[in-house]
Amino acid sequence: MTSRVEEPGSTFDESPGQRSPAKGVRRLDRVVIRFAGDSGDGMQLTGDRFTSETAGFGNDLSTLPNFPAEIRAPAGTLPGVSSFQLHFADHDILTPGDAPDVLVAMNPAALKANLADLPRGAEIIVNTDEFTKRALSKVGWQADPLDDGTLQEYRVHPVALTTLTVEALKETSLARKDAERAKNMFALGLLSWMYHRPTEGTETFLRSKFAKKPDIAEANVLAFRAGWNYGETTESFAVSYEVAPAAKAFTPGRYRNISGNLALAYGLIAASKQSGLSLFLGSYPITPASDILHELSKHKNFGVRTFQAEDEIAGIGAALGAAFGGALGVTTTSGPGIALKSETIGLAVSLELPLVVVDIQRGGPSTGLPTKTEQADLLQAMFGRNGEAPVPIVAPASPGECFTMALEAARIALTYRTPVFLLSDGYLANGSEPWRVPELSELPDLRVEFATEPNAPDGSGDFWPYLRDPETLARPWAVPGTPGLEHRVGGIEKQDGTGNISYDPANHDHMVRTRQAKIDGIAVPDLTVDDPSGDADLLVLGWGSTFGPIAAGVRRARAAGGKVAQAHLRHLNPFPANLGEVLGRYERVLVPEMNLGQLAMLLRARYLVDARSFTQVSGMPFKAAQLAAVISEALDD
Amino acid sequence: MTDLLKLTAKDFKSDQEVRWCPGCGDYAILAAVQGFLPELGIARENIVFVSGIGCSSRFPYYLNTYGMHSIHGRAPAIATGLASSRPDLSVWVITGDGDALSIGGNHLIHALRRNVNLKILLFNNRIYGLTKGQYSPTSEPGKITKSTPMGSLDEPFRPLSLALGAEAGFVARTIDSDRKHLTSVLRAAAEHQGTALVEIYQNCNIFNDGAFEVLKDPETRDSALLRLEHGQPYTVNGEEHVHDVTDPDPTRAFALSRLSEPTPIGVLRAVERPSYDRQLNAQLEQAVTERGEGDLGALLSGSDTWMVR
Repeated sequence: MTSRVEEPGSTFDESPGQRSPAKGVRRLDRVVIRFAGDSGDGMQLTGDRFTSETAGFGNDLSTLPNFPAEIRAPAGTLPGVSSFQLHFADHDILTPGDAPDVLVAMNPAALKANLADLPRGAEIIVNTDEFTKRALSKVGWQADPLDDGTLQEYRVHPVALTTLTVEALKETSLARKDAERAKNMFALGLLSWMYHRPTEGTETFLRSKFAKKPDIAEANVLAFRAGWNYGETTESFAVSYEVAPAAKAFTPGRYRNISGNLALAYGLIAASKQSGLSLFLGSYPITPASDILHELSKHKNFGVRTFQAEDEIAGIGAALGAAFGGALGVTTTSGPGIALKSETIGLAVSLELPLVVVDIQRGGPSTGLPTKTEQADLLQAMFGRNGEAPVPIVAPASPGECFTMALEAARIALTYRTPVFLLSDGYLANGSEPWRVPELSELPDLRVEFATEPNAPDGSGDFWPYLRDPETLARPWAVPGTPGLEHRVGGIEKQDGTGNISYDPANHDHMVRTRQAKIDGIAVPDLTVDDPSGDADLLVLGWGSTFGPIAAGVRRARAAGGKVAQAHLRHLNPFPANLGEVLGRYERVLVPEMNLGQLAMLLRARYLVDARSFTQVSGMPFKAAQLAAVISEALDD
Repeated sequence: MTDLLKLTAKDFKSDQEVRWCPGCGDYAILAAVQGFLPELGIARENIVFVSGIGCSSRFPYYLNTYGMHSIHGRAPAIATGLASSRPDLSVWVITGDGDALSIGGNHLIHALRRNVNLKILLFNNRIYGLTKGQYSPTSEPGKITKSTPMGSLDEPFRPLSLALGAEAGFVARTIDSDRKHLTSVLRAAAEHQGTALVEIYQNCNIFNDGAFEVLKDPETRDSALLRLEHGQPYTVNGEEHVHDVTDPDPTRAFALSRLSEPTPIGVLRAVERPSYDRQLNAQLEQAVTERGEGDLGALLSGSDTWMVR
């Protein structure tokens, strides 16, 4: 049973007006809404607010923000369109939805850029005020699509959003231009009415966001309420929709909505607490990773030091220096930053110091698609260094899992004294989902013991910095300030044990193999397989952010009678020990990836398995329908 | 506990065999540093030497302190992370003209402007030694080297001018062979709270022998050198000045940094301002004072949660 104890606002009591019984209410099990407008129209904020209301209401949800790399592309143009898609339901869902049921288009560019994604019969709420001749011609429309039949397959609600907003704010002292800017809140109010969203949370949010400008705060609240009331009174909207809370989708507990980058930042703070080590983040701003730097910089009262470096190299260098001093060193970046950090990652491999390297992958190569998603850095993480320089790799499968995998990356780094890659991506970073807030007692114990005593086996009283733990092959971590353990480390090959410089051929061979054996021997959980029928011939195997669409695709294929097993890798180096055995159980293995088959290449090389790739590198996540089709094709083979 | 009063140069020698070329200026600098460290009164375990790549960067291996021989040019960045998170340590960076001014130029200037509590010893021999004799960013124009058979086309950096341009608070120059002067400059650098840059003219007897001979030869050195002492007068171009290392205006120090005949040695500038590490750690304390120690449970929950039962 689901009951919401602390909801931000009960559905109707606090509403701007009372709901009229005259209007019909229709029940839906799920809805996909896309807000689209100019980069400056506040679509991300609008989407975030609708998401918060929806999360608080108890629906399951998944979001897909999609915005251009330019901060403010020329107004009214196609490249300037920013959108936010939200999928919410009364049951558990896995993706932000393949296609919107409702498009909110704030201008002609937003309509044109998104029209192709709309299925027939979708609803379009369109701001008619922006459909001027000039605005239409900017996107190459000679005639007005609102009049010429272009939209005849859709249910169009023409709303003079700008005019109505300005009208609603005419009693305020705001200049017309400022009043117009509140039109996104009018739209949010209207959608909140349409989908029975709680409203109090948004009003509280607006008052706190604009606390220093109370007139702006009130104007936004007014516009928001006006939008709600407009839905209630206008004949253009005859029905509203209810999507009941997803009572069965969630295991009991306290929930919040969380994005991947926020979860990742919290995971790092939790790792610091659980290890008893202070957190040091060395980072250089880069999309889509910067939000982690922003977030961590807010939490200095957790002993978190954030260092905005002069470049990517200094960011990881400082983190490694802090790790030498006994901190939990972390660097955050995206693919281009990893390319610059490679040499320092190699140094960390040689120094055998703990370091967490977070790569929020984006479209590549080079600058590529900074705001779009991709998972094409797997092989860079795996091999992108000189020499034999193995680095463990973990990858979260959902926004909320970014928290768990940050802890896991720290666990591996601290236990095995090694740099560790955490591969997230733009889709996980900016997307959000309901997340069960863990009890502190559920978090792993990451406490570390620094070396305190000389350890030389010859009884000389010397300290040997590379005398390894026989179980983990990790070397002791002796931090400056510890008397008697003064030692030197460096990137030159060292003699195992003493750590002295050594050019001895046999020692180098031994060290290369030992560093590899240390990583190969990392304990990672076995891969679990979801195979409800128990006799599937086809295994669909993925990693990272493709989990949602793959699981949704598998679900559809099963609903159509297909026997298909699914497994998802969170550990990519080393692979789970049972992976070879799992692969051997299935006649066919399908590996969907947002690259050109990087995991498939590793699987084929490691396990001699005929893994079949399905790939897409469009900067956008897979769609459930697309994968369902690929899976049923594979089943038919 | 080590008895600090009893530490000698020998206590700072590691058990590793020193492997520079016989006659290299680095030996003299190493001996001077080992001789100087006991006078710091800091326990060995609280001292860290971080270096980059190059002949000089082997330095940490020969000191019985904590040390890291890192990668080319990155020592200031690595040391910045260490010094910022461990303000209790005395952190020294050992670098050369190629390491600090070519591949690591960016890290050097940013360490200086940030004023992290680091002592940077820049061994300037005006040549790439470890890679066997290419011109460096401090080589004189027209220099014939393995990579410039027809002469170098590059205008060299003046390291001290560069440092002053990067807002360095402490800037000094000394010479490998003048142990007394070298020690006095190290002492001044150690006393400075913040980043200190010490340029040490160092002879590479294999690839650039005699580069600073005119400054060392007893016949020529008195006229070739301008020995700067705080509060003492000096004369340049017939004008007399009283040297003031604490002058907040870097103009005079900058003029000195560009002077080559005579060549100034000593401390050009020693102006203190709050160091990065102290300010960073003060922000942490301030955050705790204002908001209390971080509460992980409260952080994870945030302000907008709901219960599922």
